[in-house]
Amino acid sequence: MTCEGRDVSPSGLRDGQGEWWRTLDERAGDPAFRERLQNEFPSLLPDLDALADPVARRKFLKLMGASVALAGLTACTRQPAEKIVPYVRQPEEIVPGRPLYFATAMTLGGVATGLLVESHEGRPTKIEGNPLHPGSVGATDIFAQAAILDLYDPDRSQTLLNLGEIRPWPRFLGAIRSMLQAQSPIGGSGLRILTETVSSPTLAAQIRDLLARYPNARWHQWDAVSDDNARTGARLAFGRYVGHQYRFENADLVLALDADVLSRGPGCLRYTRDFSARRRPEAAAGMSRLYAIESAPSSTGARADHRLPMRPRDIEVAARLIAAGVGVANLAADSSTLSESARRWIDAVVRDLRAQQGRSLVIAGEGQPPSVHALTHGINAALGNAGRTVVYTEPVEAEPTDQLQSLRTLAADMTAGRVDALLILGGNPAYTAPADLQFAAAMSKVPFCAHLSLYDDETSALCHWHIPEAHFLESWSDARAYDGTVSIVQPLIAPLYDGKSAHELMAATSDRPGRSGYDIVREYWMQKTGLAANRTTANDRTALEFEATWRQWLHDGVVPDTAFTPAAFPLAAREAAIPSERLSSTDLDLVFRNDPSVLDGRFANNGWLQELPKPLTKLTWDNAVLVSPATAGRLMGEYAETFEGGELVSDVVEIRHRGRMVRGPLFVVVGHADDCLTVHMGYGRTRGGRHAVGAGFNAHAIRTTDEPWFATDVQVVKTGDRLSLACTQYHHLMEGRNMVRAATRDAFLRDPQAVHESPGIEAMPPRTLTLYPEWKYEGYKWGMAIDINACTGCNACVIGCQAENNIPVVGKAEVLRGREMHWIRVDSYYRGSASNPETYFQPVPCMHCENAPCELVCPVGATVHSHEGLNDMVYNRCVGTRYCSNNCPYKVRRFNFLLYQDWETPSLKLVRNPDVTVRSRGVMEKCTYCVQRINAAKIETERQDRRIRDGEVVTACQQACPAEAIVFGDLNDPNSRVARLQAEVRNYALLGELNTRPRTTYLAAIRNVNPELVD
Amino acid sequence: MSQIFHRSANTIAKVTIFGAIFFIAGLLGIFDKVNRSSWMTQARVAREQPLQFSHERHVGGNGIDCRYCHTSVEDSSFAGIPPTKTCMACHSQIFSNSPFLEPVRQSFRSGLPIEWTRVHDLPDFVRFDHSIHVYKGVGCTTCHGQVDRMPLMYQEQSLQMDWCVDCHRRPEQYVRPREAVFRVDYVPPPNQLELGEELVAAYQIQKLTSCSTCHQ
Repeated sequence: MTCEGRDVSPSGLRDGQGEWWRTLDERAGDPAFRERLQNEFPSLLPDLDALADPVARRKFLKLMGASVALAGLTACTRQPAEKIVPYVRQPEEIVPGRPLYFATAMTLGGVATGLLVESHEGRPTKIEGNPLHPGSVGATDIFAQAAILDLYDPDRSQTLLNLGEIRPWPRFLGAIRSMLQAQSPIGGSGLRILTETVSSPTLAAQIRDLLARYPNARWHQWDAVSDDNARTGARLAFGRYVGHQYRFENADLVLALDADVLSRGPGCLRYTRDFSARRRPEAAAGMSRLYAIESAPSSTGARADHRLPMRPRDIEVAARLIAAGVGVANLAADSSTLSESARRWIDAVVRDLRAQQGRSLVIAGEGQPPSVHALTHGINAALGNAGRTVVYTEPVEAEPTDQLQSLRTLAADMTAGRVDALLILGGNPAYTAPADLQFAAAMSKVPFCAHLSLYDDETSALCHWHIPEAHFLESWSDARAYDGTVSIVQPLIAPLYDGKSAHELMAATSDRPGRSGYDIVREYWMQKTGLAANRTTANDRTALEFEATWRQWLHDGVVPDTAFTPAAFPLAAREAAIPSERLSSTDLDLVFRNDPSVLDGRFANNGWLQELPKPLTKLTWDNAVLVSPATAGRLMGEYAETFEGGELVSDVVEIRHRGRMVRGPLFVVVGHADDCLTVHMGYGRTRGGRHAVGAGFNAHAIRTTDEPWFATDVQVVKTGDRLSLACTQYHHLMEGRNMVRAATRDAFLRDPQAVHESPGIEAMPPRTLTLYPEWKYEGYKWGMAIDINACTGCNACVIGCQAENNIPVVGKAEVLRGREMHWIRVDSYYRGSASNPETYFQPVPCMHCENAPCELVCPVGATVHSHEGLNDMVYNRCVGTRYCSNNCPYKVRRFNFLLYQDWETPSLKLVRNPDVTVRSRGVMEKCTYCVQRINAAKIETERQDRRIRDGEVVTACQQACPAEAIVFGDLNDPNSRVARLQAEVRNYALLGELNTRPRTTYLAAIRNVNPELVD
Repeated sequence: MSQIFHRSANTIAKVTIFGAIFFIAGLLGIFDKVNRSSWMTQARVAREQPLQFSHERHVGGNGIDCRYCHTSVEDSSFAGIPPTKTCMACHSQIFSNSPFLEPVRQSFRSGLPIEWTRVHDLPDFVRFDHSIHVYKGVGCTTCHGQVDRMPLMYQEQSLQMDWCVDCHRRPEQYVRPREAVFRVDYVPPPNQLELGEELVAAYQIQKLTSCSTCHQ
């Protein structure tokens, strides 16, 4: 398969000498990289080689001939008869064929994100953010987008079990009654309730009510995704639990200490929106500057203007240095463990912070110990930021607790036999509890364990009773947002499997066990507002008032005036007393992080999230032991990426820590801090669904309570085993051209054209360079602008697109062959050294080229241009030659090599968008610019005899994006947002030199660097 | 060595080669005919239904407007099939004991819907929206035929793509004034093309022939 001229680089291709790179072998100019570059689907190559063999060729032709003949026969089918099933009594608000939207909310770590859910004839199909909700502002994260798949997951627990036997709900009620009767005389001293973080006022009231009736019972909380360190840190600083909110709109300078604040944690969507608004170089308010010190690379670190990789233990030293530098009283710092360059970096940041008093913001991450959180509060106070860029409020949690301590107490009580009954409301503590607690063993000492959960998981297996939980889209509840705003969680569908909510389970412990979740939540708020307190008749005015108020809350998705008012909380003035973590000095640290896609394992059975390339590592279906290139070299001897048959193969290592060990594949991540490893939790599940079980390794197994976020004294041993990793960073390589354009802010302000003046950037060909006459686009002319400067690589667009466009999951084996089906992918590009490169994210959907190379080569006219400039893909015409994909320079076309879509599972049929064709085997597909949304808007507006206004058509990726990095609209309207963005100086076309004239263009990234830190 | 083939083999070979062209053309022709036949398209074939509902009686005889039952035709892609309650609005009074209507009463009592067989069934990769067609002056009978003369419902047209595209290319052949869209007794005037041109301009009817207009 070699051909003449193969070694001659096409124009713009500079064999590994490029400024930009995606993989280490590309950076090194490895010949193996060039080989991989040529093979879009490496796994196909052996078959092609076989064609050169005459015998195999004959066989191939025979098979192909037979296939063609048979393929013709299979087309000879008539449409099967279909049924139409109308309502018996049609609900008034339902117009068949038109979706309805309902506001609800999803909680993660107890904190709510407001959502709007699309419902087709009572079937929820798509989740979007609620623009009225302060924590969502219309955007969503990947978890909210993927929650719809969880709802319809066929592996969800469907029956109530007692010791593995199916039992009816009344039987459980009987069991819990007799348990409570036994507890009654002793005041419930053997009763324990374990919940995740609770912000629901109703649930908290129910639990407190139980505790009032059983005064000796205890309420424990354990939530593996809740920021325990922030809570404890706040108590350390203020002497009590205090909540905080950041005001990125006021911050000219942000310093993140191991904090991935843009992609994780309470309010991250709102923070991303506010932050990216301050990052536009054109904005009048000026561009803010972001510094990040972190161990494992994160989205926030990638967006930072200056990033310092550092072992997590050293970050505390850095925080102390900074605190001392900005004048936090009585604080001494010993910087001897830091390198000279790190000290210089920190000094420069301190000078910058001092210059930006009251306009700067220092943030600590969940992985940093409470002392660092306390220090940041001290730093922000010393800089005068408190009340300006960070405000303090009451905590969002109904009952803030040191959850690690809470879990420790519970485990100790259980082991000592002091617990007679344990009610677990959600969560999977048997899997997520640190290994040294021996939580599973402790549970076996409890005579009555009941577990409410979505899946029959590790904890359920150890409990006497397992109660299927109602999904949040099936149940009534309430929850607080990051700023305290209450949302009523309303169901979109009746429980599919007769699941119960935590409210209903708590009601089972009360004297009114049969109450529905609706009654419980409504009654709570009725009492709270006092509106219907004196209700006497059905015509009572107060009742009507409550009904109207309640309906307004449900409609808006927020309860007005429930946000906490910021207040001034005095620092406990004990900064000097903040304990310094005493760490033994070892040469290798181990960092624990929740997985970016499946978190602590709660989303492990979600195929969309499993197959989502994780930000920066681009791994799918696995977790790995992340390590920097230098440390990999030190641990493994000579280290280089190895490929077998196009698959990335990795060495499996054994991590030993305090007598415990796990085995996992080593994976090199550029920009990772040296001398430490990062492992993601949430994998290595043993129960809980088909996708959850068998993927990755369980990092919880070596996690301990005294070192929950980073462990010292770790050994790594080579095992000799190897494992293929489905990493998409190596897929869809687009030659070595300049895909990303970036400049510093100063250079950009001096000469805006600077972004387009880097070596290797070629001029766009003139518009006359074509034989075809110029086509005039009358009417609409759709286009998209993607701001690389705003993109945080959070992947919300990828899942949003997958949910909207019925994109199938293909599985690890197929991803290894480069056959993932995502219509939009987020590429990451690096520049500079492998130890600490600049990182940029580039979402790549179909470019909808005006001169589309794919259209010219299709022999059956299955991909053609529409009158509005869309590159249409006609599935029913496609015969699967894949010429189009071959000819696409952007590698955005996806082929259904197999029947990836699940046509059989009944519950999965419900998740599909009825407006988008479900594709079958042998068909090419790609981004359509959400043509179904364009058509819907066109029909809507034409029935009103007007044009579509700017912003009326929003693509799924654009709608999900918290950073507003993606803007779609009509280019024929000069005032549309997209037209104005495309007119900006930063705008450029990807591979524009190929004369493809893409409709999707990019805005170059601008870094606001500190001149002091530029070499 | 004698000749292997008889002289007549030449003629046979010529006839075979020449004949093959006609044979293949004939096959293609038959295939095309079969493909457009009502066996394939199910056009003009009355469907078996759970009860013998007659449009002839309800539309032609009683003069009930299409929208009385197909309520969402002006608002939605789907015209709507009436819920049992709509039937019972009349039939709790009229023919309330008719044995023919037992399935309707049964449905109303039990809450289980009547399962109708779909008559107009587009392939799943095609998207059709009733509301915009009705708004742009495409009459019900233009596609659905004279339902007032159909005792049992059948599909009048082939619903094949060339039939769709015929109107999408030259809508002036078929459009009618908006106020006549729901009239089953509407007869196109002799000057249809002239009127059609006027209506196409007045209703801003675009000739949408991009693939993604229907395939999305």
